[in-house]
Amino acid sequence: MINPTIFELSRPNRKGIRYPKPDVPLAEIPKDFLRDELPLPEVPENEVVRHFTNISQLNHAVDIGFYPLGSCTMKYNPKINEQAARLPGFSQIHPLQPVETVQGALGLMYETQQWLAEISGFKAVSLQPAAGAHGELTGVLIIRAYHRTRGDDKRIKMLVPDSAHGTNPASSAMSGMEIIELPSDERGNIDLDALKAECDDTLAGLMITNPNTLGLFDENITKACQLVHDHGGLVYGDGANMNALLGVYQPADMGIDVMHFNLHKTFSTPHGGGGPGSGPVGVTKELADYLPTPLVDMISEGDDENPAVYDLVEPKSSIGRTKSFHGHFGMIVRAFTYMLSLGKNGLRDVATHAVLNANYIQAKVKDIYHIPYERLCMHEFVAEGVWKDAPGVRALDVSKRIIDFGFHPPTNYFPLIVHEALMIEPTETETKETLDRFVDALLQIADEAKNNPDLLLNAPATAPFNRLDEVKAAKDLILKTQLPDDYGKS
Amino acid sequence: MYISHTQADREAMLKIIGVEKLEDLFQCLPDEGKFPELSLPDGITEMEALDELQYISTANETPQELVSFLGAGAYNHYIPAAVDSILMRSEFYTAYTPYQPEIAQGTLQAIFEYQSLIAALTGMDVSNASHYDGATAVAEAVNMAYHNFRGRKKKIILSPSIHPHYRETIHTYMDGVNLEIIGEDLSPESGPDDLIKLIDDQTALVMVQYPDFFGRIYDLTKLSTATHEQKSLFSVHINPISLGLIKPPSEFDADIVTGEGQPLGIPMSFGGPYLGLFATKKQYVRKMAGRLAGETVDTEGKRGYVLTLNTREQHIRREQATSNICTNQGLIALASTVYLSLLGKNGLQELARLNYHKAHYAAEKISAVPGFTVNPVQPFFNEFVVHCPVPAKEVNQSLLKYDILGGYDLGQDYPDLTHELLVAVTEMNTRSEIDFLAAVLEEESHD
Repeated sequence: MINPTIFELSRPNRKGIRYPKPDVPLAEIPKDFLRDELPLPEVPENEVVRHFTNISQLNHAVDIGFYPLGSCTMKYNPKINEQAARLPGFSQIHPLQPVETVQGALGLMYETQQWLAEISGFKAVSLQPAAGAHGELTGVLIIRAYHRTRGDDKRIKMLVPDSAHGTNPASSAMSGMEIIELPSDERGNIDLDALKAECDDTLAGLMITNPNTLGLFDENITKACQLVHDHGGLVYGDGANMNALLGVYQPADMGIDVMHFNLHKTFSTPHGGGGPGSGPVGVTKELADYLPTPLVDMISEGDDENPAVYDLVEPKSSIGRTKSFHGHFGMIVRAFTYMLSLGKNGLRDVATHAVLNANYIQAKVKDIYHIPYERLCMHEFVAEGVWKDAPGVRALDVSKRIIDFGFHPPTNYFPLIVHEALMIEPTETETKETLDRFVDALLQIADEAKNNPDLLLNAPATAPFNRLDEVKAAKDLILKTQLPDDYGKS
Repeated sequence: MYISHTQADREAMLKIIGVEKLEDLFQCLPDEGKFPELSLPDGITEMEALDELQYISTANETPQELVSFLGAGAYNHYIPAAVDSILMRSEFYTAYTPYQPEIAQGTLQAIFEYQSLIAALTGMDVSNASHYDGATAVAEAVNMAYHNFRGRKKKIILSPSIHPHYRETIHTYMDGVNLEIIGEDLSPESGPDDLIKLIDDQTALVMVQYPDFFGRIYDLTKLSTATHEQKSLFSVHINPISLGLIKPPSEFDADIVTGEGQPLGIPMSFGGPYLGLFATKKQYVRKMAGRLAGETVDTEGKRGYVLTLNTREQHIRREQATSNICTNQGLIALASTVYLSLLGKNGLQELARLNYHKAHYAAEKISAVPGFTVNPVQPFFNEFVVHCPVPAKEVNQSLLKYDILGGYDLGQDYPDLTHELLVAVTEMNTRSEIDFLAAVLEEESHD
């Protein structure tokens, strides 16, 4: 047994913390309500710390090495952001405190709304959504509410390109929409003829990611949005790929009506092993009244003697609450710190260098790895991880072999429209030397695929674990530590 | 900032790509609107940024400056130093979803231990890897119940003493689905057994909070039995700290348990990020949304963990998925995992009792102030309702003059409860703070 679970480290009557003795008289506890057993582990503090430190070292992470996981924007997470979010004036305030005692927090949220609006060209921004998918749900509910308010109840058809993230159709379905999948054309753009064929009076909208999940700027975007608008629909923008557009292009200018941002991608809040994210939603003037409640508004502007005054307000036709309180405030502090640090020129540098890095790798590997839609890419690109003269090797094997070079593999098998996809997103924070080492690894692996495929098929060889049996996991379905029957009863 | 490229790097890279300047990389974007002049300030250094953030943060008043009795879904508990020490390990916080299990066993084992701890705490068979917060967890419970009956049962019964934000979130989430949501307009005085008369064979789900939004503890046996007689699902929303003291919802045969995990070592942070707990019985595991880690072995037989049952999730099932949720609360779930590991069985019991005793002392002190009453019969955990002689809003305003956050004015959500104040007491409140609160209430009531 290599890594015991925290339960296996437990011994009766050990303790990881002590609390002060009660400084009040003891109250009677009604016996009928009392719990008789509590099967939690009993472990001292030093063993708890050692346990979690030990297992942490089994992870790859941005602070350890290159992490070109496409669609996830694994950029460096500046340490100052962590320090800012932990300032007691931010981390220790209660969400229901009277607004006069939290003017700093409300002001910061207001400023963040303004920054995101300016970056994207939208009129209003809600910081409430907790993640990208949550932002999508919010956005689709806004589209639905817009049509319904106008008595247009039959508009329930949502068009989703076949290259979309899986969350797009799932979010639409949760909002009561019918999903129609649109094909892509031979350049990786939305197929305008297919779009036209679906434009009728049941059209609620189009969900689009631009740059799309192939890493390409959709050349038909303006026409597509126009077409949808002409037929009474609205356009939802998935902002997952906003890192390519900061300071370069405002999504509202393309004709997008509502879009979520991923603060954990574009604005450097850490990914935390899968969360928490933060998915603010921006909308046009026409949709501002439908945003989830509450928003932060400036009630009076400050002057030399008085600070500005902020309050929480409910938009007129709000779709309601999408979670408790006011959003992932801790992530908002981090993103605000990041934006403030970069400023307008720094934000544009992010986009230009993210696109530079991606194109550089693409240019250096494109003769060896087939690029199905080859043109200048944006912040990422998709290659195929298969070769005719390496019949036994799949993209998954390429990915596992990349681990042996000290890198995190690219995203595998997405987007679904590319055969054996490897989706590579370097981000702007990587040096040219790192990119060169990664390119060298990719070229070596392509050679190994043909000449020594076992190196790929048995990879990774240097990771803490070999390949794990996913079929067994789904069949046995062991979803918690198996405890002896008398655990916690002593 | 955070970009390392020198001019020489850029030139060399652009040459390989075959374009002259950075702007050329964006040639396929429409010319109109490209490279807009944003009305934003220039960037600043780290020193200046920290200074600015510190300045903003001091415009907020924290429990260090205020004596706080505010709860209502977010609680001021002590967070052991070891929790943040683990969260600051960048192996955890700068990793992402464990898509490559060979180099993500830290994250995967942490999720597996989180699931194990939440299952043990709630008494349920299985926990998922978490939702965004308590509100979205209850919304997912409603969603799961609706889909469990394939939309054939259209009635959802919600207790009026579920947190108002949670009920609002359920309405927002389920707006696109043809559901009848009832029960919320019952009197807030009513208990769980008053919901029984609403249950019929069209009922998909009955949901209560335990302890409820007003802090009250009830026996849920009768309600659970009545719910199951109609083959409906029974869902209980918990406060995790209370389960160090009171019976777990499994003893009331709950089918779904949700909870707000914030009390488990997560800072109040003005409302988020928090943690949505979600656990269920084994037979519903495939109906449950959200990520799951499962135990397996690698090719050498070494025990390890992978994400499993992915076929329920949106990246495979797309519009047929159980939910659109993609992430879990990763790092926040880790905080609760470390917290529960440190406290363990004895620590959580000790903490829950400490909260119970302090809250009961506070209730007794406040009841002794003329004009203020607390229901003397109904058991409660660490939060209780105080009936005030004047509107609760005014009580809070007077208390704030003494730097006390009195509690939550229930009139904001319940029009009949304008004179009711919801008071929370945790281990962070000393006896002298409680005595001070009672003394100020007494003094103000003479004015």
